[in-house]
Amino acid sequence: MAYALQQLINGVSLGMIYGLIAIGYTMVYGIIGMINFAHGDIFMIGAFLSLIGLLLITSGGLLDGPGAIVLVLALSMAFTALYGWTVERLAYRPLRGSFRLAPLISAIGMSIVLQNYVQVSQGARVKPIEPVVQGGFTIMQEGTFAVQLSTMQILIILTTLVILAIFTWLVTRTRLGRAMRACEQDRKMASLLGIDTDRTISITFVIGAALAAVAGTMYLLRYGVIDFYIGFLVGVKAFTAAVLGGIGSLPGAVLGGLLIGLIETFWSAYFSVQYKDVAAFSILILTLVFMPTGLLGRAEVEKV
Amino acid sequence: MSTPLLEIRDVSTFYGAVEALKGVSVTVAPGEIVTLIGANGAGKSTLLMTICGDPRARSGRICFDGQDITERPTHHIMRSGIAQSPEGRRIFPRMSVHENLLMGAQSSGIDPCPGLDQAFTLFPRLKEREAQRAGTLSGGEQQMLAIARALMSRPRLLLLDEPSLGLAPLVSRQIFQAIRKLNMETGLTVLLVEQNANQALRLAHRGYVLVTGRITMSGTGRELLARPDVRDAYLGGH
Repeated sequence: MAYALQQLINGVSLGMIYGLIAIGYTMVYGIIGMINFAHGDIFMIGAFLSLIGLLLITSGGLLDGPGAIVLVLALSMAFTALYGWTVERLAYRPLRGSFRLAPLISAIGMSIVLQNYVQVSQGARVKPIEPVVQGGFTIMQEGTFAVQLSTMQILIILTTLVILAIFTWLVTRTRLGRAMRACEQDRKMASLLGIDTDRTISITFVIGAALAAVAGTMYLLRYGVIDFYIGFLVGVKAFTAAVLGGIGSLPGAVLGGLLIGLIETFWSAYFSVQYKDVAAFSILILTLVFMPTGLLGRAEVEKV
Repeated sequence: MSTPLLEIRDVSTFYGAVEALKGVSVTVAPGEIVTLIGANGAGKSTLLMTICGDPRARSGRICFDGQDITERPTHHIMRSGIAQSPEGRRIFPRMSVHENLLMGAQSSGIDPCPGLDQAFTLFPRLKEREAQRAGTLSGGEQQMLAIARALMSRPRLLLLDEPSLGLAPLVSRQIFQAIRKLNMETGLTVLLVEQNANQALRLAHRGYVLVTGRITMSGTGRELLARPDVRDAYLGGH
């Protein structure tokens, strides 16, 4: 029981990270109908920017503890957003109106470019950091097994919830969010209503990248090691989360992220750590075969 | 005639290698209702879309209110006082009726409240359905929504594409009445594309006949209605 509870805590905090990245996949798919395969690498860039920011801030002795984290998060979000914007501008916008596979191929190319760029500029070795946030609570004791809820996990869950609340408000309640949904439902009509659709698409990439930066920062702080290749595996899992939740659906992305985090954690805890990725990707295949629209996705058929 | 609000001069539009419009010239004066009639595939909708810059005219000039808008991006054109209720209605199916209407006023930055009031006065049905998802409306209601949404930006020129398509005669009559009312009360200028030539020519001040991308005839609504060749081709021969 205590063991399961511990896995639940671990799974939720991991799932939150997947969910944040999955939103970026699902938003971009919703608005331009492509899978942005470079999005996992945007997450990796976010983690590296946080690492650099953290080292600069803490070694400069400017700040430490929560203040440093907030500052690092803000910096990483801003710079990663810039990367997201640039990627769209360079690799996807020129291909708009081209055949459907073109931006997909371009995305794979962009993913390779970003990985190699970081590998060359930052080195290929893994980058460890000292734990920034330590401590936690023992919330339950069962025999010798203590259920731990670390301060870092609380931080991940709270930050994610706050970011998600702001994001939900943005999409459902603001003019910008309405323009984004309009572009998603009928881009041509949105432009006939005077919406600058290119700009709206850019903003979508910026928001997706900023959320990936949050995930990257959390990943760095929680696991303490990153390298240029983390974007691939985490990215594919977040993509799986987006598909499981129903690609195009924002609540679905969060739900899918949580489920993938939980499945992976429980699988590692009860079956085999070595095969945890297999578990996650089996879900991808099962979803695609038996439930292609995902849990909260909608069927393509619509009343005309 | 006063200076035209919309002047289309010798416009050609292509879809790939296919020339959909072949040197079309149309003018619309302020306060006029002008209709464009023609068979399926004649290029009527293409002309309305070309005015909006999507697809762009390959040659010729389009001027709105004295300004050359031929090369402007679509969203600029649509912010300059033109609105379109397009072919197929294209309402946002997963937004509420209310949100669809707000979208109409969004980019012009004007207060949506008077527009909403006007929309609900014109089409009381939309008021009843305000919170409903637009995709669940009936065809007639969707058409009303598409027109009301186009009016939200307070346009000077309304481009209307087949407002009667697929509607019961009673509903289509309601919609035509609404257009006439708007034109008389607010001086709204309308360029109307219709297959239902009879109704359209009765409503319009002037009309153009479009045949495979070329204007073949023009005149007042009455004149065109009286022409035997128009009657044969577009009014079912009686």
